[in-house]
Amino acid sequence: MDFFKRHFLVPLIAVAGLIAIAYLGVAANLQFVFGVVIPYLAVLIFFEGLIFRAISWARSPVPFKIPSTCAQVKSLPWIKRGLGDKLDNPESRWWAVGRMVLEIFAFRSLFRNTRTTLLRDQEKPEDSRLVHWSYKWLWLGALAFHYAFLIVILRHIRFFTQPVPHWVTALAEVDGFVQFYIPTVYLTGVLMVVALLYLLARRIYTPNLRYISLAADYFPLLLIISIGLTGILMRYFYKVDIAAVKQLAIGLATLKPVVPAGIGAIFYVHLFLVCVLFAYFPFSKLMHAPGVFFSPTRNLPGDNRWNLHVNPWNYPVKFHDYMHQEDEYREAMIEAGIPVEKEK
Amino acid sequence: MAKLPTPAELIQINYQMPSKGWMDLKAELRPGYYVNAAAPKWMEMINYPFPRSWNVADEDWQLPDDWKERVLQGMEDRLQRFRSLKLFFDICVRCGACADKCHFFLGTGDPKNMPVLRAELLRSVYRRYFKTAGKLLGELAGARDLTEDVIKEWFYYLYQCTICRRCSVFCPYGIDMAEMTILGRELLASVGINIDWALASVAQCYDKGSHIGATPQAFKDMVDFLAEENERITGITTPCPVNKKGAEILFVVPSGDYFADPGSYTFMGYLLLFKYLDLDFTMSTYAAEGGNFGWFVSHEMGKRLNAKIYEEAKRLKVKWILGGECGHMWRVCNQYMPTWWGPIDFLEEPVSPITGTKFENATVHKMVHISEFTADLFKHGKLKVDPQRNAHIKLTFHDSCNTSRGMGIFEEPRYIINQVLPEGHFFEMPPNTIREKTFCCGSSSGINANENMDIRMLGGLPRANAVKYVHEKYGVNHLGCICALDRATLPTLMQYWVPEMEITGITELVANALVFDDEIERTTDLRDRPLAGFEEAAEEEGAE
Repeated sequence: MDFFKRHFLVPLIAVAGLIAIAYLGVAANLQFVFGVVIPYLAVLIFFEGLIFRAISWARSPVPFKIPSTCAQVKSLPWIKRGLGDKLDNPESRWWAVGRMVLEIFAFRSLFRNTRTTLLRDQEKPEDSRLVHWSYKWLWLGALAFHYAFLIVILRHIRFFTQPVPHWVTALAEVDGFVQFYIPTVYLTGVLMVVALLYLLARRIYTPNLRYISLAADYFPLLLIISIGLTGILMRYFYKVDIAAVKQLAIGLATLKPVVPAGIGAIFYVHLFLVCVLFAYFPFSKLMHAPGVFFSPTRNLPGDNRWNLHVNPWNYPVKFHDYMHQEDEYREAMIEAGIPVEKEK
Repeated sequence: MAKLPTPAELIQINYQMPSKGWMDLKAELRPGYYVNAAAPKWMEMINYPFPRSWNVADEDWQLPDDWKERVLQGMEDRLQRFRSLKLFFDICVRCGACADKCHFFLGTGDPKNMPVLRAELLRSVYRRYFKTAGKLLGELAGARDLTEDVIKEWFYYLYQCTICRRCSVFCPYGIDMAEMTILGRELLASVGINIDWALASVAQCYDKGSHIGATPQAFKDMVDFLAEENERITGITTPCPVNKKGAEILFVVPSGDYFADPGSYTFMGYLLLFKYLDLDFTMSTYAAEGGNFGWFVSHEMGKRLNAKIYEEAKRLKVKWILGGECGHMWRVCNQYMPTWWGPIDFLEEPVSPITGTKFENATVHKMVHISEFTADLFKHGKLKVDPQRNAHIKLTFHDSCNTSRGMGIFEEPRYIINQVLPEGHFFEMPPNTIREKTFCCGSSSGINANENMDIRMLGGLPRANAVKYVHEKYGVNHLGCICALDRATLPTLMQYWVPEMEITGITELVANALVFDDEIERTTDLRDRPLAGFEEAAEEEGAE
């Protein structure tokens, strides 16, 4: 089996296995384990892992201020810098915050994405041309997935609250404004799965992406796709007792867990996959989400020349001082008319 | 040395991914793609560990017995000292946005030159020894053992990265391959693996004062010669004070500017400009190097070489420092210098003695870029120029990676260019190849040697290709830059891909155009080429 197959099939089998585990668990009447124990455990691992990793990053200092400067730096007062320049090469902490906001909410860097192709000239190969064009599909796909996922998560708040906050209801209403099916179809749920399928497809079908992809790349994609699909199946096709689900959710949220009878197995599959995602998160590449906040090429201002950055482990180094040079070349220097410290 | 293929041969780039997975694919160290191993004498001069004679082509690299422990210990140590490294190892999602941004990948099609995979070469070892999943699952978790073959692979690919940071601009998390490359090179150096070209320059600079290893008297000879050239061509005497105590400004340039063409014309330009202003400046035989090949091999070596600049400013009791046109010198000075040595309380906040402008952006650092200095002069109308003297030049401007992505100087040089060139003589290259998206010359970061021409020409292909575009479309015949490594490497690159292209510093163009009251009639530029309208005179003279 080649590299790609191993790294693709193992996560695929793993996700299938996880689904099977949940099914079997429900069949074995382990609803309390899958409905209460595992969710609590998953949330615990999620937060502990997250905090542990964040602390581990934070413990390593930032010895140098190394922002990637993607626009004109602040210099002479008459050199015009537009809003974009100030955000792409922040002159102060506040502008750096602005840069981070843009990075986190609009994926600024990914928006720059280009594609390059070599247009070969068969007659005169040396005249072949590299062409670079703007390429926004990855940006669009990533943005679609992340926002859809966020809204899906926010919508789920209605299960954990009683009464449901108004903004959650409003969000759900907006999300379901295109009414062509009953129950109302939430667009973000569909969009999320479509965007994930695009992200998966590009990984499999773009040769160089396929070459670099690891099991750790396929697993979260397949996992979240499965979460999305089980959610969609549950809402529109194999309906579960929504009142009972809400009872379970509120029980979890209020730390008074109850396991109402009669919730379909598909719900437990959905919930179990979500738990796996939570528990897996801190140990995976999904940590890019909190990680981006720590990125020293993005979260620091480009102000080295007027704001001193201190390196906590700065240490003296060995170098030759000026006298080392003069001592070696004094006579020649005098002869060449170069001023010296000591004439002899 | 392997014979360099023709452009038509070299450009047959294969972008197909190999059938074998990258972990199973042993790196093939191709001659023409790597720089020779460092000679022991250079290593001894800078107290580098494990000096020995060895060849990259050898099967046995004569690593110390405990090489593996040293590398892993070094990695652990750096993970604790650099948040960047830890973070960049942990958060990459392999989205591939960086893949076709690297000039070495575009030039070679080698998958391990995609920044993401170059980083995985290091990351895979990190996972194997520092991550539970990697320890347990091995390859399936993207982890692999550290072997001598992996070390060879690191050497091969970490020296096929010019630390240009183009990938980091496009990375959604700002993962910077440059940071990992430098730290990876440090690990290699810790077990005695260095490249000769970089280490020779480092050792010479450490010992004598500049990368070219010039003695103080030789340095003086060179700058005096260039001053005489100025006098011959313009009739203006342009003295260059050396080691002058109490001067107002210490002027620091990369040695490439006084060592060889075409940098030397830029240097002549500096002297003419300073003479025009009657600037009270001095150069130094000790801080005779602004460039810093040390930083190409390790943070510490960068600091050891950089020490001279502030040391000398202190000894000569100058008020502030002016820096010449140099890329990586400015990245080092901007990103590291104040942090290494600050606070710098023995210097004053820089003020232009000509215009009175206070350089608010250099108040801590106390060092001003020549482009800032010159742009300010033009803005205040302090320079009388005749742009027609540059009428024989059609220019495009190459943003150097270091001043672009490690600092952010874009407008100053363009402003100056527009002051000294006739209207309609300046043309930009395509937008995706300039400014923060600029392409590297392909030979920076210590790999501008002679034995690795294939990779230099391939790495420089994206740059050259964009230059060729404006050359063919607008008749551009000069490539301007504010970087001495560019001036050293781009002529070779252009000779190969775009033969009619000349490389020029920006201050050279300023000096061409600068009108002195008492100058002799100018019929040539600083390169002895006839000015527009004087071609016939030059021909007659040639005939005589």
